[in-house]
Amino acid sequence: MDLRTNYLGLDLAHPIMPSASPLSKGLDKVKRLEDAGAPAITVYSLFEEQIDQESHQLDHFLEFGTDSFAEALSYFPDLGNYNVGPDEYLNLIRDAKQNTSIPIIGSLNGVSDGGWTRYAKLIQEAGADALELNVYYIPTDPKLTSADVESLYIDVVKAVRAEVTIPLAVKVGPYFSSPANVLSRIVEAGADGLVLFNRFYQPDFDLEALEVVPRVVLSTSDDLRLPLRWTAILHGRIGADIALTSGVHCHEDVIKALMAGASVVQVAAELMHNGPSRIKELLAALTAWLEEREYTSVKQMIGSMSQKSVREPAAFERANYMKALASWSDDPTGKLI
Amino acid sequence: MVCPHACIRSKVYDGALLETAPEAFKSTTAKWREFADKKFTIQVSTEDCTGCTLCVETCPAKNKSAVGLKAINMAEQRPLREQERTNWEFFLGIPDLPRDTEAIRFNSVKNVQLLRPLFEFSGACAGCGETPYVKLLSQLYGDRALIGNATGCSSIYGGNLPTTPWAVDAQGRGPAWANSLFEDNAEFGLGFRLTLDSHNNYAKVVLGQLAAQIGDGLVDAIMTADQSTEAGICAQRTRVADLKAKLAGIDDPRARDLIVVADTLVKKSVWMLGGDGWAYDIGYGGLDHVLSTGHDVNILVLDTEVYSNTGGQASKSTAMGAVAKFAAGGKPSNKKDLGRMAMAYGTAYVAQVSLGASDAQTIKAFTEAESYPGPSIIIAYSHCIAHGIDMAKGLQQQKAAVESGAFLTYRYDPRLVPQGKNPLQLDCKGPIIPLQDFIYNENRFRMLQASNPAAAAELLDQAQKGVKAHWKLYQQMAAAEVGV
Repeated sequence: MDLRTNYLGLDLAHPIMPSASPLSKGLDKVKRLEDAGAPAITVYSLFEEQIDQESHQLDHFLEFGTDSFAEALSYFPDLGNYNVGPDEYLNLIRDAKQNTSIPIIGSLNGVSDGGWTRYAKLIQEAGADALELNVYYIPTDPKLTSADVESLYIDVVKAVRAEVTIPLAVKVGPYFSSPANVLSRIVEAGADGLVLFNRFYQPDFDLEALEVVPRVVLSTSDDLRLPLRWTAILHGRIGADIALTSGVHCHEDVIKALMAGASVVQVAAELMHNGPSRIKELLAALTAWLEEREYTSVKQMIGSMSQKSVREPAAFERANYMKALASWSDDPTGKLI
Repeated sequence: MVCPHACIRSKVYDGALLETAPEAFKSTTAKWREFADKKFTIQVSTEDCTGCTLCVETCPAKNKSAVGLKAINMAEQRPLREQERTNWEFFLGIPDLPRDTEAIRFNSVKNVQLLRPLFEFSGACAGCGETPYVKLLSQLYGDRALIGNATGCSSIYGGNLPTTPWAVDAQGRGPAWANSLFEDNAEFGLGFRLTLDSHNNYAKVVLGQLAAQIGDGLVDAIMTADQSTEAGICAQRTRVADLKAKLAGIDDPRARDLIVVADTLVKKSVWMLGGDGWAYDIGYGGLDHVLSTGHDVNILVLDTEVYSNTGGQASKSTAMGAVAKFAAGGKPSNKKDLGRMAMAYGTAYVAQVSLGASDAQTIKAFTEAESYPGPSIIIAYSHCIAHGIDMAKGLQQQKAAVESGAFLTYRYDPRLVPQGKNPLQLDCKGPIIPLQDFIYNENRFRMLQASNPAAAAELLDQAQKGVKAHWKLYQQMAAAEVGV
């Protein structure tokens, strides 16, 4: 079975790759992913905040209270060089390239077009085969219009594009007034690929402490449907590769994603739950499924159920919504009627 | 209780006093069953507040309509300064609750807040982790404490002459305090004890000799006084005052001698105070000696795990993996277990406390240690500027230290052994969070991670294993059967 696929111009052995996550935090973990069969790795994200804040924070606490007391002018020895977040990250990219034989994709998470974008170039110089730009933005200002928000995305993509010559993928969330329009403009701004979608982790309330707390809920297969719809809608219409992420847990999810038009799927929660060896299990199940149905290659099925390819394109649109509501009258719970 | 500079005070008082209160003075009904008809006020000395925000970070009471507001909040000082200065002055004029009040016992967080701190407005860093313990000591025993202070932070902020943070109460009583050297503070404090005991013995001898002139009733009452409670101590003070009045009228050189030493007939509380540089390192030989003697002294170790005052040199208390001067590559060895070494005598009261982990356990340890009629040592985990932390989060770090198992809280009371009970009582749950969740909030550990990640990872691994093994050992010690 020919499982090969092509993503961002990179020839990959198969389409199931780990997404940016703690799964790749450290060279030993990167190597473990390669050993488990990962065809490429998107390394965990370097955050804009890390670039600016981590070094400032380290410096602040090294200097805090110094030269204030007669008896102690400092509280820490001077260790010379510190590998704050960005240095450590660039070292990992460098080490990963030297110690693996698969494509390594750097990941940069930011939202402003400030100085941090130079790290895109540094990631390229460290040897990354491609870069994934993750734009995670919560527009809370009521005065900010949707046009302002969209411009912010486009500007960031342009700023990063200007820094690198390697392929660039852009990972965004689904919440735009007109996702198809914004995503196609992101491609026009220089993206070679789209990663659909970012998951917006919603904060929770701790009722005992009366505090807003972060609570990461890992995805389930139910989360697949949103990126699945938009992958299917966009495939073949925007001139960029699509990586589907969020909700890929079993081989059926992989197949659906490919059929919708994704060149690759990116998996995190499933590998965090069951370990990197899960890649081989998914691959075996995918292969068996394809063989049973006499497919000859993965490429053959990519986009086979995209909006352009299906008989009823309306299934992805408003008509589908009406059908979904109408189907509820069947009352699958048996409790309403 | 957490205010490092004793700027937040509480009083319970008669509502009639409010008739002359400034307009902006705040009060509410006291929420003590014993003081149902009284008023209660928490007052801040805004001019002395350093703005460290430890109190706001720690305060658990949140506004029901806007949880961002707490029962105590930071506000710009200038608009409040005049008003709160007037309030503070009025507040100081409200009488403190008598120490011998029969209504409550000063053995809980709620009640201890009503005791006047006799250690206030020191020159310690904003958000200091040591001074809340020193303040607590002054609240509980300040009116009768003799304190020998080792050189270190506590001797600097405690004795920045010509000013001093050590204060007196409305009766003019306060701690007697002196600073010795780094290397002899335990011996110095033991000298206080021996002197007191000698004076006390001599006073009793003379008291017996002059019984006929003084009056047998008073002499008997003084000799047999039960001073195990505040009420007992206050009653003895009254008797000693009566004694001195009588002695003034007795024409006998022994009477004049007795007047000089009569105050030692009132129970005193001897404390030795210092940091880990003193207790673990430079003064350890003397400290160990004092623990072995069996004398009734109390040792308070303000454990910052580093020489703070001299600028962050490693001590034997420094945790594995922490960067300090003389341990620039991360300290490769474990923190010395001073508590276990003290326990080895079997005759010393030993406690480890962390105010951020449990204020109630801290008070319990202080009261048990002081009541123990032999040597007591309290090792108090103290966050510090030399940890490289946001000092406002100091108490959260104290809590995390305990929750990670890096610092265990416990009490070892030899008085339990004759009851057939194990003297070691663990007051923490062992490691319930990974060690890295505690240490990597602190620059002293994080800077090794940034400068030498491989060494940091290796030391973290070793330290994590060490923490687990240490906890297991303590569990076994606390579970062992004890023969009477």
